[in-house]
Amino acid sequence: MNDTPILEIKNLKVAINEREILKSLNLKVNKGEIHAIMGPNGSGKSTFSKVLGGHPAYTVLGGEALFNGTDILPLEPEERSHLGLFLAFQYPIEIPGVSNEDFLRLAYNAQRSFKNEPELDPLEFLSVIQNKLEIVKMSSTFLSRNVNEGFSGGEKKRNEILQMVLLDSQLSILDETDSGLDIDALKIVSEGINTFMKNDKAIILITHYQRLLDYIKPDFVHVMQDGKIIKTGTANLAKELEIKGYEWLK
Amino acid sequence: MPYESKEISNTVLTKLLNQSYKYGFATEIEKEIFEKGLNEDVVRAISRKRAEPEFLLEFRLKAYRKWKQMKCPEWHILKFSEIDYQNISYYSAPKVKEKLSSLDEVDPELLETFEKLGISLSGQKRLTNVAVDAVFDSVSVVTTFKEELAEQGIIFCSMSEAVQEYPELIKKYLGTVVPIGDNYFSTLNSAVFTDGSFCYIPKNVKCPLDLSTYFRINDEKSGQFERTLVIADSNSSVCYLEGCTAPQYDSNQLHAAVVELIAFENATIKYSTVQNWYSGNQDGKGGIYNFVTKRGLCSGYNSKISWTQVETGSSLTWKYPSCLLVGDKSKGEFYSVALTNNFQQADTGTRMVHIGKETRSRIVSKGISAGKSKNTYRGYVHINNNAVGSRNYSQCDSLLIGNLTNATTFPVIRVDNSTTKLEHEASTSKIGEEQIFYFLQRGISIEKGIELMISGFCRDVVTELPLEFAAEATRLLSLKLEGTVG
Repeated sequence: MNDTPILEIKNLKVAINEREILKSLNLKVNKGEIHAIMGPNGSGKSTFSKVLGGHPAYTVLGGEALFNGTDILPLEPEERSHLGLFLAFQYPIEIPGVSNEDFLRLAYNAQRSFKNEPELDPLEFLSVIQNKLEIVKMSSTFLSRNVNEGFSGGEKKRNEILQMVLLDSQLSILDETDSGLDIDALKIVSEGINTFMKNDKAIILITHYQRLLDYIKPDFVHVMQDGKIIKTGTANLAKELEIKGYEWLK
Repeated sequence: MPYESKEISNTVLTKLLNQSYKYGFATEIEKEIFEKGLNEDVVRAISRKRAEPEFLLEFRLKAYRKWKQMKCPEWHILKFSEIDYQNISYYSAPKVKEKLSSLDEVDPELLETFEKLGISLSGQKRLTNVAVDAVFDSVSVVTTFKEELAEQGIIFCSMSEAVQEYPELIKKYLGTVVPIGDNYFSTLNSAVFTDGSFCYIPKNVKCPLDLSTYFRINDEKSGQFERTLVIADSNSSVCYLEGCTAPQYDSNQLHAAVVELIAFENATIKYSTVQNWYSGNQDGKGGIYNFVTKRGLCSGYNSKISWTQVETGSSLTWKYPSCLLVGDKSKGEFYSVALTNNFQQADTGTRMVHIGKETRSRIVSKGISAGKSKNTYRGYVHINNNAVGSRNYSQCDSLLIGNLTNATTFPVIRVDNSTTKLEHEASTSKIGEEQIFYFLQRGISIEKGIELMISGFCRDVVTELPLEFAAEATRLLSLKLEGTVG
């Protein structure tokens, strides 16, 4: 069963407010692969990521999303998370009054208790998180701040990557993680992602720009348009798009 | 947000917030109850029943006559049908022997009632560091640790007993902080109050135990009008707690209490309330009408009064614990969490009146509104021209859960001198669907997520509560503090 893909999407159809956004989407992601999904605004990229995360706003009209062979569409968002699916948000939301440290520990412990491992107390957790902080080059003062509250765009995105690394997710979907980042932050985030990536994991990058792909080498590039994947290629496809624009594919 | 929030707000949130009211039982007990209705004869009858000295009857009659001329205030934003004061019984007491010499003579039914409420009054199981005065409808049932406290000269007893045993103290202080005619409900209380707690801490004594009154409304037809008076003499200090519950009835019961605190030179009074009166059902039927006047007088130099309240119950709450800062360098504090859900309405806040020089006040108010409830903060800070060098810090934060609720704040600050420092902060936030999804996506359950958000939101207030109450309050607010550090 080793060759079961981490993710296999079959004919996925999704609507929000009775408007169909995803129209028969198909995608297969194997272990060790990095996929990039590109496409114009409104093509359904963010919808795709949120549907996989289990956002309740969307209605699945049909199709399957097999995660290691199991359809996750009927599962609750937290169950999908426990199984190892991670979504890095395009706009990470602020959570006033909740410290980053508490939030991270709760998430980490939720995962541990799902795996029947003992939860860590705050002190034990501190030593775990300290190591991870270095990966995204954040200082530990960052832990005592409230989740995303008053964070700069770059800090918010780095916080997402920190969570991904902490939860050690098997499949990570990064929704425009590169948007709003300056060159330095982009480098840090990309290095974090590259350090994290292993043979038994997979990553889906949703992005508008080719520049992220200068730092993270995708195995496949897909172009999404009008709720479907209309073209699949290698990293070269992204370069071609950068020059010719999406219009070229129409 | 285009996306339907009903799913989340209506299922899990409701489940969390609507945990059935576990104190909603009523106790079947033989009781003596007055006919419904209010007139001078009823006032006299209450006084006679309690064998009160003449001055107190005069106090009551004066209040009653004043009240007759007053009108129910209309400046609040609470909506309720007019209260029929002739349809309420003003005295309801469990039948007991004339005088209780020991706990053994208390009706076991009553002890059991309090036991069920988590307040053990009997010797072995009672809380070891809290003295409790238990008030059932109109009368105080029992007060624990009285003798132990008396050794240090501390008086802690029911108001009825204080009227008999310490009439001179009652005569001297009753109505000095909340005078007759102060407001409609306090004046009604002055006419018909039945029981409550009395506490006197002598000079230079730090009260070794937390003092506590537990109020229980049991009868469906009667109102509860309790009166509490706490006096802290020079260089003394006391920590006072108050808890409230009531059975679940379809009708509304009236609760109109008055609490007066007096702190002399260098004295400190810390007064905490966890209010969990029955709040009515999910359709807004039933519940307590809670009209309370609480006021503290910092009369001495460097005296301090601190109010902490966690208001979770009642159908209506109308309550503004206040401080009159008369002594120079005196200090007033108000920490509040008010949670409303379903059709609950709360109009609560504080008043800080700075009269002495270099007086300080601090207001931290947190309103959590869910369901179709209305939650109002109303604050008034007045710094008089003589109160030079004074300071006030006010913070009022509102947290909204769902899309149908309503939070309002009316902070008023008036400063009559130019040497005062003021700070005012306010915020409104919402537990929204996107935040909940963020928690869920990270594998954190919705209950834990909300607990964490609510506990973070209320932390500044809950940490002000004494330990025993903090636990109850956190439970009440469906939050656990174990997820937080320190």
